[in-house]
Amino acid sequence: MARKISIKQAINEAIDQEMSRDPSVIMLGEDIVGGAGGEGEMDAWGGVLGVTKGLYAKHGDRLLDTPLSESAYVGAAIGAASCGMRPIAELMFIDFMGVCFDQIFNQAAKFKYMFGGKAETPVVIRAMVGAGFRAAAQHSQMLTPIFTHIPGLKVVCPSTPYDTKGMLIQAIRDNDPVIFCEHKNLYALEGDVPEGSYTVPFGEANVVREGKHVSIVTYGLMVHRSLEAAATLAKEGVEVEIVDLRSLSPLDMDTVLDSVTKTGRLVCVDEASPRCNIATDISAQVAMQAFGALKAQIEMVSPPHVPVPFSPTLEDLYIPSAAQIADAVRRTLAKGKQ
Amino acid sequence: MAATNPFPLGKDALLNCYRTMRTIREFEERLHVDFGRGDIPGFVHLYAGEEATAVGIMSHLGDGDRIASTHRGHGHCIAKGVDVIAMMKEIYGKKGGCGNGKGGSMHIADLSKGMMGANGILGAGAPLVCGAALAAKYRKSGDVAICFVGDGASNQGTFLESLNLAAVWNLPALFVIENNGYAESTSRDYGTAVDSYVDRASGFGMPGVTVDGTDFFAVYEAAGEIIKRAREGGGPSMLECKMVRFFGHFEGDAQTYRAAGENEANRAHKDCLKLFAAQVTGAGVISASELKSIDDQVLGLIEDAVTQAKAAPLPTAADLLTDVYVSY
Repeated sequence: MARKISIKQAINEAIDQEMSRDPSVIMLGEDIVGGAGGEGEMDAWGGVLGVTKGLYAKHGDRLLDTPLSESAYVGAAIGAASCGMRPIAELMFIDFMGVCFDQIFNQAAKFKYMFGGKAETPVVIRAMVGAGFRAAAQHSQMLTPIFTHIPGLKVVCPSTPYDTKGMLIQAIRDNDPVIFCEHKNLYALEGDVPEGSYTVPFGEANVVREGKHVSIVTYGLMVHRSLEAAATLAKEGVEVEIVDLRSLSPLDMDTVLDSVTKTGRLVCVDEASPRCNIATDISAQVAMQAFGALKAQIEMVSPPHVPVPFSPTLEDLYIPSAAQIADAVRRTLAKGKQ
Repeated sequence: MAATNPFPLGKDALLNCYRTMRTIREFEERLHVDFGRGDIPGFVHLYAGEEATAVGIMSHLGDGDRIASTHRGHGHCIAKGVDVIAMMKEIYGKKGGCGNGKGGSMHIADLSKGMMGANGILGAGAPLVCGAALAAKYRKSGDVAICFVGDGASNQGTFLESLNLAAVWNLPALFVIENNGYAESTSRDYGTAVDSYVDRASGFGMPGVTVDGTDFFAVYEAAGEIIKRAREGGGPSMLECKMVRFFGHFEGDAQTYRAAGENEANRAHKDCLKLFAAQVTGAGVISASELKSIDDQVLGLIEDAVTQAKAAPLPTAADLLTDVYVSY
């Protein structure tokens, strides 16, 4: 039975249901319970934004508040995973990968290969991504391309409550290390979510809007900005198709190529910094695999190559807007074969 | 009439420990020769000289106990029961190696033996060991997890963070500092501010012990106490083993940073195998001929391992693309 809940609630529900189903699921992170060891209330925070609030009451010490030591506890989650547990480590902000990246990309990502296939590391690393919170350069980045670059990691970034719950359950059950990216500006977004347990498989993009003139390929918050742009463009008689990648590694290029083959025009939208990001990757692959289908050059919409600024005026200029996306669609329509 | 055995292990166990130490020694001596001949690709870091520490500690462990090793991991692997022939094949980059030739010397692992992996990143094993210890504590298995680091890597943030995490969670985790006096080419005293690792341990709220890492029985006794304590819920400890490295940091290292005659003096006066042999023969528990018989068997095993490694098939182009994910 579906009802409307937020992405934040969808995450909480996915963890709750998997912890109830599988005793090997544990969770580690900073303040994921909140108040540990103090004289006040336990479960004071439930995570810095309250995402895991209430889980301690149901699952107790299977949620472990950690010291502020990302290398130690992310590494501990990876070590426990290699011993048969299914840990979820919450990295809070993905920007903090800088202090624990070795454990993720040199350890978790490589065990299986280096050990000749004889290792499994079923760890989930949840982290908030994205700008728009006035949180400045060290709490706002969209670092999805860095993780996508690493063989051995799976990287997902859902945009709806339904996908969030299903993909988080899939991540917890998955036998490979998964980087689960949660856009902090989508936590409050509500949508239909079934009460029961279900999975959304990785590596399957979702066509969230069908159209015949231009394909937009994107993920995360930019799906919603693209939908806004599409609504504006529809009034101009332009029908945009929007592909929500959902999963960046593995990547569903078939759905992208089908869409581009149908429309002949491609706009890639990515909130990550513009060099070597998901948009450039998709563009290169389409240019290689479907050049003949393209009626015009590919357009890309990304932030400028600068750190995320603090001042709201600057940050709003930084994040790709629906207007910028619509302009990119108009540019591609004005060029090439008509 | 047989002499009274003054040691904490019976004769068979003593012979087994000697065999393991000798296996490590001959494995490394052979690699030194084969690497010098150009038979082995990549980087190789040899454990020779340090055998008493690996075997003295690992003698207390079962397959359920986990260890995380270092770049200098062959000795830990052999002491933890990893198959010597599979190790040799791996170091030669062959199929049938521990990692089917995909890992090499620095990434030998056998999770079925509790060997979580040698590691090319210094200090990286410490957080992993916290996780293994957390899993053991969660399951109430009574198992322990042991992190080996060199004196150099003991200065890594990962190691220091892990000491704190293990202490605050009271994990059955043990941190062994293999102090061979050199962080690669840099002396221990240059790179580490405190004289005693016991001081560091107390700074993290855990007991610390320093032993002569070339004395098998000193290591065995100290490790036994802290492992027992950890199994019984007493939490983490640190063990510093002072030792010597017979070879350079890596094979090919000219070792010009050492004092004149240092390697020769180490071989003459700080050889843990000679010390062990003197102890057990001196007490009349084991005869020199019994040890010699093991030496000969070990040489045969190493020769067989090299022969098998050389004969093993090379990985194929298809192998390049497998084993990245469980499913993708």
